[in-house]
Amino acid sequence: MSGPALHLAVELDGDGAHPAAWRRAAHAPDQLLTPRRVARLAAVAENAGFTLITLDDGVLPPGGTQDVVGRIGAVERAAFVAASTSTIGIAPVVPLTYAEPFHVSSQLASLDHISTGRAGWVVTEEDRPQAARVWGRPPVVDPAARARESRDGVEVVRALWDSWEDDAVVRSVATSRYLDRDRLHYIDFTGETYAVKGPAIVPRPPQGQLVVLGRPDQVPAAQLDIALVEGRDTASVAAAASTAGTPRVFAEVEVALDTPEATAAERVAALERSAPWVDRGRLRHIGSAAGLVAVLAELSRHVDGVRLRPLVLDEDLPVLSRLVLPALSERRLTARPLPGRSLRSTLGLDRPANRFAAAAVQEETR
Amino acid sequence: MTRTDPHDVPRPDARLHFGVFFQGVNHWTVWSAPDSGSQIDPASFRKVAQTAERGLFDAFFLGEGLRLREVDGRIHDLDVAGRPDAITQLAALAAVTRRIGLVSTSNSTFNEPADLARRLSGLDLLSEGRAGWNVVTTDNAWTGANFRRGGYLDHADRYRRAAEFLTVARALWDGWDDKATADSVAAPAWSAPGAVRRVRHRGRQFDVDLAPTLPRSAQGHPVIFQAGDSGEGRDFAAAHADVIFSAHGTDFDDALAFAEDIRRRLRAAGRPEDDLRILPGTEIIIGATEAEAEEKKRWIRLQQVTPATALGIAGLLWGIDLSDRDADGPLPAEDPVVADNDGSFGARRVADPRTVVAEWRAKAEAAGWSLRETVIALGPQRGHVGTPSGLADKFARFVRHGALDGFNVTPYLIPDGLDDIVDLLVPELQERGVYRTEYSGTTLREHLGLRAPSAHRPVAERQEAG
Repeated sequence: MSGPALHLAVELDGDGAHPAAWRRAAHAPDQLLTPRRVARLAAVAENAGFTLITLDDGVLPPGGTQDVVGRIGAVERAAFVAASTSTIGIAPVVPLTYAEPFHVSSQLASLDHISTGRAGWVVTEEDRPQAARVWGRPPVVDPAARARESRDGVEVVRALWDSWEDDAVVRSVATSRYLDRDRLHYIDFTGETYAVKGPAIVPRPPQGQLVVLGRPDQVPAAQLDIALVEGRDTASVAAAASTAGTPRVFAEVEVALDTPEATAAERVAALERSAPWVDRGRLRHIGSAAGLVAVLAELSRHVDGVRLRPLVLDEDLPVLSRLVLPALSERRLTARPLPGRSLRSTLGLDRPANRFAAAAVQEETR
Repeated sequence: MTRTDPHDVPRPDARLHFGVFFQGVNHWTVWSAPDSGSQIDPASFRKVAQTAERGLFDAFFLGEGLRLREVDGRIHDLDVAGRPDAITQLAALAAVTRRIGLVSTSNSTFNEPADLARRLSGLDLLSEGRAGWNVVTTDNAWTGANFRRGGYLDHADRYRRAAEFLTVARALWDGWDDKATADSVAAPAWSAPGAVRRVRHRGRQFDVDLAPTLPRSAQGHPVIFQAGDSGEGRDFAAAHADVIFSAHGTDFDDALAFAEDIRRRLRAAGRPEDDLRILPGTEIIIGATEAEAEEKKRWIRLQQVTPATALGIAGLLWGIDLSDRDADGPLPAEDPVVADNDGSFGARRVADPRTVVAEWRAKAEAAGWSLRETVIALGPQRGHVGTPSGLADKFARFVRHGALDGFNVTPYLIPDGLDDIVDLLVPELQERGVYRTEYSGTTLREHLGLRAPSAHRPVAERQEAG
């Protein structure tokens, strides 16, 4: 494969992966939900050389009553960040369990336009039944039903992205036509629980299709560009990666690093006094930057990238930026995204053909 | 014209407020000119928003239509189409502007309050109090075909749902006490005990029970805009909105009559007369002389009303497909067909097409107009045409007499259509003392001179009788 051995993504929601991370943040709680905070984290990640930022989300409060209960919507944060960065990829989390796929498609296509082709999308599930009332819909409790909602939703979102061919805007002064309506397509989707007509109200995204990330046990592999796989050690990550069946595979890695002030273990222990860092079966590195470099070098033999989930953003992001990414870059295991590149092209993914355009050409040549 | 003493008018100190409406769907946007730019490139949106901010505008405004327009079941292909999701685009603009308000048109029928209120709140926080929401309603199944629920809402329930939607949204926006979050990481909890309240609402449209995830913004809530012109729409605005858009901003008497009607409705709703800003949409066409401005208008109208567009507009009036006729020839000889409009093209419903056609015929014959010339001359009239100083005099009179509070300007050209207005008209208005010379506040609510939303209505534990 051409390009670097390992792409680096980082999850930037809230104050970090630990529910009590806010207690070690470099800012007061009332500064979390501000544009300065959102822009600054993205700038740090972009300057460090990450390929991709992900932004977690959900309609319900992210934490328990003692911890962070506020969160600006991920699509809004992503759009804001897109306008204040220039090379890094940006992928908001958008669950489809209850949301309107038509709106989600418009929002994400718009994000791709705004970022000139640097957008991705992390598909997740909304598994808390209380979320149903937020959307005024019956709860979807059965995992198979949630998977159905994700599958149908991703299908609709992707079809809508293709519902405008790239050259649908013709601006033909001679015929007074702004659009060539033959290059616009009704998607006519009919699933088990709803139907969507189309076409989209937003022109096709610059990347054609955004980079779609998700867990292979929740979203069919054929709908994903990047599978997010989990495992407590390299061997189980490697096993999960080998069966993912997606163009790219990223491993989820939780990290707590030694800082000049405290060791990683001490930092984790301090937070554990407030709340537990729930074990979700992900590879977890608690230790030195050098140790993390070694883990990532080993992972690079099995996966195309990792998504790092730092314990405390204000403490771990500087260490990643000062020690970990430079060491990986020096060993040519990673490379920073180049200006002007789309996220797809940074990841070595082709720009996908338009399903409707391909069909139209076939029709013509028959 | 003789200039009246500015103190001899009802509102001598009134100032004009400008918004800019980046339209993106109808024939008013000229796409055929060599200097017309992209309708989707983020640079176009940035350029218009930053130009408006340079001109000290109150607001940058985006529309929304949840289905591509069709005529007779086919996608309408003559006008610009395809635009970004409004809130998403505005969140991006929040990063590259500092003062201008950012107003999203969002539908109360095909959204849910908890989700939309949260998105607007996010925009309000990212822009530090510059968000606005233009509340629009839809009822048709044609739009519903893009959504899970389909066309579920009765026409009569549109505004009922919108009003209940606003009630829930405001409750969510007020869910957090001011200073709900701790000011130190040493605090026992991230938020003060009891400072974030659950919102419980059970009504005909919504059954909501959740803890909102966002604090109030620098302006309290997003500013509410409304554009309905029907009696029901005006009453909705008088009861709920901070700003009303209208189509009554061209003729002085018409504008004044509209403003007086709105003030009457405000009193009936128990609100002070100055609680609502009236901002009609308008085109502004500027020339160095009156003749030059008229010539420019003529050129713009020919770009807007192409032969195909003229046939399309006439076809809607006649109720028959005229696309194969000659727009440069006479009006169609047939009588119009009176039929139900399915609403798919928008709200261009004509009361009695026979009356309108008879009037068009009489005037076209008298003037010797072609069909296209007739559409240009007699079709929807809007806009102000003139020199910077002539327009400034005219607008000063409008605002000082309380006929309006300002204009929502619709540039015919993207992205440069605002340059003239900012560079030539704004200084003339400033000279007359009817336009700000700097932003005195930081929020949209402050720009518009609106009161803060009443904080902490009794919303927690709310149970609305259904």
